[in-house]
Parts: sequence; structure tokens; C-alpha cells
Amino acid sequence: MLKIQKYVRAESLEEAYQELIKNRNNQIIGGMLWLKMEDRVIPSAIDLSKCQLDSIEENENEFKIGAMCTFYQLETHEALNQMCQGMIAKSVRDIVGVQFKNMATIGGSIYSRFGFSDILTALLCLDCDVVCYKKGQIALKEYIHEPYEKDILTHVIIHKRKMKAAFECVRRSSTDFSVLNAAGALIDHQLRICVGARPHKAEMIEIEEQCDLQDILKQVHEAMPCESNMRASKEYREHLRDVLVEKVVNELKGEKA
Amino acid sequence: MKISLTVNGRKIQEDIQESMLLIDFLRSHGYTSVKRGCETSNCGLCTVLMDDHPILSCSMLAARADGHSIVTLEGAGKEAEAFAEFMAKEGAEQCGFCSPGLIMNVIAMKKELKNPTKEEIKQYLSGNLCRCSGYMSQMRAIEKYLQEESV
Ligand SMILES: Cc1cc2nc3c(=O)[nH]c(=O)nc-3n(C[C@H](O)[C@H](O)[C@H](O)COP(=O)(O)OP(=O)(O)OC[C@H]3O[C@@H](n4cnc5c(N)ncnc54)[C@H](O)[C@@H]3O)c2cc1C
Ligand code: FES
Ligand code: FES
Repeated sequence: MLKIQKYVRAESLEEAYQELIKNRNNQIIGGMLWLKMEDRVIPSAIDLSKCQLDSIEENENEFKIGAMCTFYQLETHEALNQMCQGMIAKSVRDIVGVQFKNMATIGGSIYSRFGFSDILTALLCLDCDVVCYKKGQIALKEYIHEPYEKDILTHVIIHKRKMKAAFECVRRSSTDFSVLNAAGALIDHQLRICVGARPHKAEMIEIEEQCDLQDILKQVHEAMPCESNMRASKEYREHLRDVLVEKVVNELKGEKA
Repeated sequence: MKISLTVNGRKIQEDIQESMLLIDFLRSHGYTSVKRGCETSNCGLCTVLMDDHPILSCSMLAARADGHSIVTLEGAGKEAEAFAEFMAKEGAEQCGFCSPGLIMNVIAMKKELKNPTKEEIKQYLSGNLCRCSGYMSQMRAIEKYLQEESV
């Protein structure tokens, strides 16, 4: 069971950060959905809900998403989903239910970089940065390889690009974790393909638009191997991976699957 | 720590344990319609409205509800009654354990979605599990309720 010894609602990011680094076990709490399932003691749980990180700001060039924004905010944001043909909405749609999505935060999800994450797979295909309080701004595709440092993820920035985008996943029951997920985007004649829940965390590769499916799959096999775990076998995942990547590519190139 | 919030229109101030979850806070104040059906944030039985949005009270610290307004089934009044009647007519309740959470989410859905399709209804309610029924009777009750209320 999760035990919280002290609850701190920080008034500023500096206050939150100072509290965070006081003790190795201190934690930022986002939606707390993941944390709640852990069996641990948190000396100081730091709530960012007073730090004005709960809105999606849009300007000419980007969407700036505060870390405390919920999945449901992402799912229902019109302009954001218009840019990517609803691909972001699709990636979070089946995560448990509306009540859950009203709580799960983008900050907690991207900071955690879970292997099974649907939103991470989706965002990796876009032109996307992460902003951390100390580390500053860094491309998401680099951030996924960074160690888990004591820092506060404050924003996710999605740069506006003209694109086609697609997301596919397979779940054993409709709101269970993905057994495998895949996303793609076509930006500036470059294909970006991403496969997650392999069960390793998502990776993204960039491929020339002209490449045919066989070439694409060859590169996907090399960059994104599958493994077995309690949810599915390696062989099953490899099969799904090829089928989902084909679906995504067909959607991007406008061909019928 | 001290928190101050509104539950079903009533202001409550209290000194609470930091770890206390909203569900336990609510139950300790007599709002026992709020039920716990799982330990994994999956079943939706504990659904309440916070500032009109449906949330899982089992997964939120009571501390975070400080300054907010919570509505449970006890405070949902006529709306809940009206819907419960449709549920009864369709024989949708078996053991009834899941009903409070479902009713709260249906109320939230009705506020938010205009003329939802069957697919949209299913999507919105996918986080409300029921181990007795096969959801068919609830679906009938919901569709009739929405139809009736929109005329
Ligand atoms: C039952 C269940 C089912 C799920 N199903 C799916 C699914 O199908 N697909 C999917 O993609 N995901 C799924 N998830 C994961 C979920 O969507 C969230 O990604 C997860 O709960 C983390 O988000 P949170 O806001 O709850 O973070 P929390 O639990 O609050 O935090 C998680 C970690 O991130 C840290 N953290 C939080 N916010 C910040 C921040 N701003 N800066 C730095 N660190 C921070 C915390 O300290 C903690 O270590 C599921 C989770 C649960 C519990
Ligand atoms: S008790 Fe199951 S989701 Fe809250
Ligand atoms: S009627 Fe028994 S759980 Fe739904």
C-alpha cells in the first residue's frame, strides 16, 4: 500500500523542486494512479496542482501542454486532434475509462516512459519536446533514453507540422493494456514509425516516404524487436507488429488496408 | 493536515491524515453510496463528481479535493432518481453494487455529450464494470433515459 507521510501542495516549481531533492524517496504526484498501486512509503508527496500546469496553450507554432493536463483534456482538444487526424485521441481513448482519464496526467505518463504506454508511442511520431524544470527542453526521442533523474517535467510541446498520422493497438479486452501498439506520421515526406509495448518501450525510426512495405518492415524488425511477457509471447507480438505497422503505413499513404 | 471542501453542497472542514483517500473521507462522513470494488483504479464503483467531472475517489487523495466541490449519489437528487427508475424498469440492477458509480457517470455523460451514439455511450461508460449483468439492460435504460430527457 502507498503511504504518504507529508503532503506538500507547492505554490511554485522552485518550491516543488527543492522539496523533491530533499529526500531520494520524495515524489511528484501527477494523477497518482500508478503510484497508488505501488507498495512504498513517500516521505513527501508533492502536488503540482497549484503550479498552473493544467492547460493546453496554443500559438502559431506549437501546442504547449502542461504536465498536469489529463488524458481526457488531450482526447477532447479539437485543434490538437485536428492536426493529427485524431491520432492522439485514439491513443488514449481505451485507457480504462473517462474517470481514469480525468486523472491520469501527461506529465506522470511521459516521465515514467512505461514500455506499455500508448501515449508515448503516439507522441514519439510527432515533432515533440519535453520541458523539465532543471534540464530544460529536450526532444522526446532523446528523452526516452535519458535516466530517471530527480526533475520536474513541466510541459510537453508539440510543434505544429502538416502531417498525416495514425495509431493502432491490440488489447485483449477493450480497456486492458495494449499487447502491442504502433503509431506513424508522415511529415515532410518522411515516415516516422513507432512500435511500443513490445513489451519494451517505444522506439521511433524515420524512413523515406518512397520505401515500400517490405523495406519498412525490414527496418522495423531491426530497430524494434519483440519479447515475451505475461501478456503475450514474442511470436504473437512479432505477428501483431507487422500487421499493425502495415495498417499504419496504409493509413498514412491513403491506401485501404 | 486541514482541508476544506464542499460535499453535496455542505461545507466540511477537517483535519485529516495525509494518506487519506477521498473515498474513505466520503464514507467516513456517511456518504456510503461510494463503494470500493477494486484496488487497481479499474472498476468505476467509486465514481464521484469533482467540479462536475467524474473521477475515481479511490485513487485521489482527500487532500487534493481541498477547495473543490464533490457530488456523490446522495447529493445527485432528482437526476439520480429519474435514471434509477429507468434502471428498475429494465431490470438492470442485479446485486446493485455497481449502480452508484454508474449513475454518477451517466449524469456526467448527460451533461457533457449531446445526443451521443451508442458507440459514444459505450466509450464514456467503459470504466464502469458490472460483474452481474451483461450491460444490455443498463444500455437499454440509458438510451431510454436520454431519449426521454431530451424531449
Ligand atoms: C489500472 C491502470 C491501467 C492503465 N492502463 C494503461 C493503458 O492501457 N495505456 C497506457 O498508456 N497507460 C496505462 N496506464 C498508465 C496510466 O495511463 C498513466 O500513465 C500512469 O498512471 C501515470 O500517470 P499518473 O498521472 O497517474 O502518474 P503518477 O502515478 O502520479 O506518477 C507516476 C510517476 O511519475 C512521477 N511524476 C508524475 N508527474 C511528474 C512530473 N510532472 N514530473 C516528474 N515526475 C512526475 C511520479 O513521481 C511517479 O514516479 C494504466 C495505469 C493503471 C494504474
Ligand atoms: S474502487 Fe475500483 S476504480 Fe475505484
Ligand atoms: S449489478 Fe452486480 S455488479 Fe453490477
